[in-house]
Amino acid sequence: MPNVESFDATFGMLWSVGPEVGHLAAIVGFVAAIILSGLGHLGAATRRRNWVENSGSFAVLQLVALVVAFILLVHAFLVDDYSVVYVATNSNALLPWYYKVSAVWGAHEGSFLLWTLIMAMWTFAVAIAGRRLPYQMYGRVLGTLGLLNTGFLLFLLQTSNPFLRLVPNVPTVGADLNPLLQDFGLIVHPPLLYTGYVGFSVAFAFGVAGLISGRLDATWARWARPWTNVAWAFLTVGITLGSWWAYYELGWGGWWFWDPVENASFMPWLAGTALIHSLAVTEKRSAFRSWTVLLSILTFSLCLLGAFIVRSGVLTSVHAFAVDPERGVFLLVLLGITVGGSLALYAIRVPAIRSRIAYMGLSRELFLLINNVLFVVAVAVVFVGTLYPLAYEAVTGGDKISVGPPYFNRLFVPLMGLLAVFLALVPVARWKRTPIRLFRQVGLLLLVSMLAGGVFFVIAILSDRVLNTSSIVGVVIAVTLALWLLLSHTADFIQRKGARPFGYLGMLLAHVGFAIGAVGVAITTVFSHETEVRLSPGDTVELNAREYQFTSVTTVNGPNYVAQRAKFDVGDISLYPEKRTYLARNSVMTEAGIDAGFFKDLYIALGEPLPDGSWGVRIQEKVLVRWVWCGGLLVCFGGLLAVMDGRYRRLALRRGGLASAVKVT
Amino acid sequence: MKRTVFFAPFIGFIALVAILYAGFHLNDPSHLPSALVGKSFPPFQLDELSSGKVLERQSLLGKIRLVNVWATWCPTCLHEHATLMDIRRATGISIVGINYRDNSEKARRWLSLYGDPYDFTIVDATGDLGVELGVYGAPETFIVDADGIIRFRHVGDVNDRNWNRELLPILESLTDG
Repeated sequence: MPNVESFDATFGMLWSVGPEVGHLAAIVGFVAAIILSGLGHLGAATRRRNWVENSGSFAVLQLVALVVAFILLVHAFLVDDYSVVYVATNSNALLPWYYKVSAVWGAHEGSFLLWTLIMAMWTFAVAIAGRRLPYQMYGRVLGTLGLLNTGFLLFLLQTSNPFLRLVPNVPTVGADLNPLLQDFGLIVHPPLLYTGYVGFSVAFAFGVAGLISGRLDATWARWARPWTNVAWAFLTVGITLGSWWAYYELGWGGWWFWDPVENASFMPWLAGTALIHSLAVTEKRSAFRSWTVLLSILTFSLCLLGAFIVRSGVLTSVHAFAVDPERGVFLLVLLGITVGGSLALYAIRVPAIRSRIAYMGLSRELFLLINNVLFVVAVAVVFVGTLYPLAYEAVTGGDKISVGPPYFNRLFVPLMGLLAVFLALVPVARWKRTPIRLFRQVGLLLLVSMLAGGVFFVIAILSDRVLNTSSIVGVVIAVTLALWLLLSHTADFIQRKGARPFGYLGMLLAHVGFAIGAVGVAITTVFSHETEVRLSPGDTVELNAREYQFTSVTTVNGPNYVAQRAKFDVGDISLYPEKRTYLARNSVMTEAGIDAGFFKDLYIALGEPLPDGSWGVRIQEKVLVRWVWCGGLLVCFGGLLAVMDGRYRRLALRRGGLASAVKVT
Repeated sequence: MKRTVFFAPFIGFIALVAILYAGFHLNDPSHLPSALVGKSFPPFQLDELSSGKVLERQSLLGKIRLVNVWATWCPTCLHEHATLMDIRRATGISIVGINYRDNSEKARRWLSLYGDPYDFTIVDATGDLGVELGVYGAPETFIVDADGIIRFRHVGDVNDRNWNRELLPILESLTDG
């Protein structure tokens, strides 16, 4: 840890008013955001090029101010400044320093400060990397980003100030960070997720700027595409990490719960997936223009909706932050202005934009349209399933209802199956029209996959009598389709004539990631084994021909908790599941013992200790569960790889923008 | 015409907001008159959760019963469970469970863990009975009279508030009349 003490001696005076300076810095960031939006939009509208040129410096000022604010909040956590309410309620002197840092975004106020900081980072990145855009586009994109952060910072300062002091009765001990969040997952999950969430504001800003400018052509799509891809890749990895965290931290061995908060991040991901594909059509064929811009609005609206769901207190969950009705109303107004305003702009401006009719024969356009339809339907499915219980509770004044996995699985899984069919055909599809002969090979590959699927079916039936036939059929279909997808993409990679640009490789990687993830989901759902037993030290239990011996329980002292640590011997490896009691909140947490493997995880979670010295123990063998996250990571890398495609850089050099001497109006 | 198409998303959004806003000012939709009220409980032939013996519509007759649709995947049901236990203890009314689209082993574990307020539990693993009953989420509770006629349908959890205000008066009116 950096030696904060010596710093303190030097800058004692400064640090002691740190929270006030932080508050001030947030206000400076707010003012910078206002000026940025004014200079950007007005400069573009009144053709004042120098206004737009100067707006960039306010993007820098905004970033610097928010970095300062953020660092000061981190410092308040590191030195245990409990006069700050937010620190007192979310930290504790016993926390290791890295959890003190991550506790900054462990609750509402700090995590929203992080949100605005990430917003400022994206704005800064656009201000630097977008210098070659025509100045009016540049001004409008930055201006829109500025407007958004103006709203966010106003929300922060009005309802969620993390710098508020609690004087004179300063608590001597902090209430501690929620133990569920004292984990590596929390250190990385929110920043990555927010980077994705907030990143879609750039696609949104390009959409709004394109609508105002009346320019939504192929070049516009080429500008917007890399930003959208990066945001999407971050959201992908954020969701993947969240799933992994839930798996090992919640102690149930599940990796997706269709929890409203998971859905809140999943909806923008689904819409964003439709968006990046629609952008491809707009870039390559100049088609789908009005649809693409509508998707960019929809995607960011769903990000805001997610923020509303998590932060308004309309639900209680692991993720939900403290409740304050004022926040909910504020966010709802912000959501209404942003979504209503942009949709009104869309309605007024889009008819003026000349659209080109896409070829709708058996073409790549058609495939991408199908992709879009499937993903938008998927968004609708998740939207209804997520909001119905919330609306129901609101309307009835407190009665609750659950729409659980059966609803989502019944509707969502077939959609993904259908998607896989079209995904497998993607490599064959050509723009405008696909020659029928191209389908011959991919048809052959389907036959091969079906044959393999049939063999798999027979083996599955013979080897495992417990399973019911319908779930095996489901797995076989999933595996067959995934194999087909894999074969068709591999064949295309080998046979492709000419260059294999990064955009193409990214596409392959992301699609293969989808196939691997799908296999993981299907196999782990159906072929995993699970048992729940009562064991005393010395007992042995067998699960799927593997012996688990419960050897001992010992008491272990952690930095801020006391744990009962069990030891299980399985063959020649040992697993150590724990039951931790966190001292500050006196809350009990389960820490699963996991032997992770590429093909299977052995997973042991301790339940409750019983009076006779035995324990409730849940033992699971999760087959191919890693493939779920492995698939997610591949999808993310695919998205990032596509951004590195040379044509985005070539474009930057060719177009005259702010940085060139060419005058563009 | 072409121009107006582009207003559709905006109008859709406004409609959504209007519906949500109006919704907050509407009365309890669990009062929405169910098409099933006054009708006969649909026939079925399903297993009992712990004994495995086959249950039919006949099995419900002879007593006024609360028929409660629940599942282990349903966090609201867990929340409701304690209330059902209290109701059972306090009133002695017969409660019948419908374990809706669930894993029976998990369901049995749940009942042994949290207590079993049900006289018996109908296993509706495929959700077919749920479809017949028009179930669109869990939990839901039906009041079925001794002749197997559905008298009331409550959507959402049974809690102290709606128990005292709605369900109990209906039960009392059934026993009086």
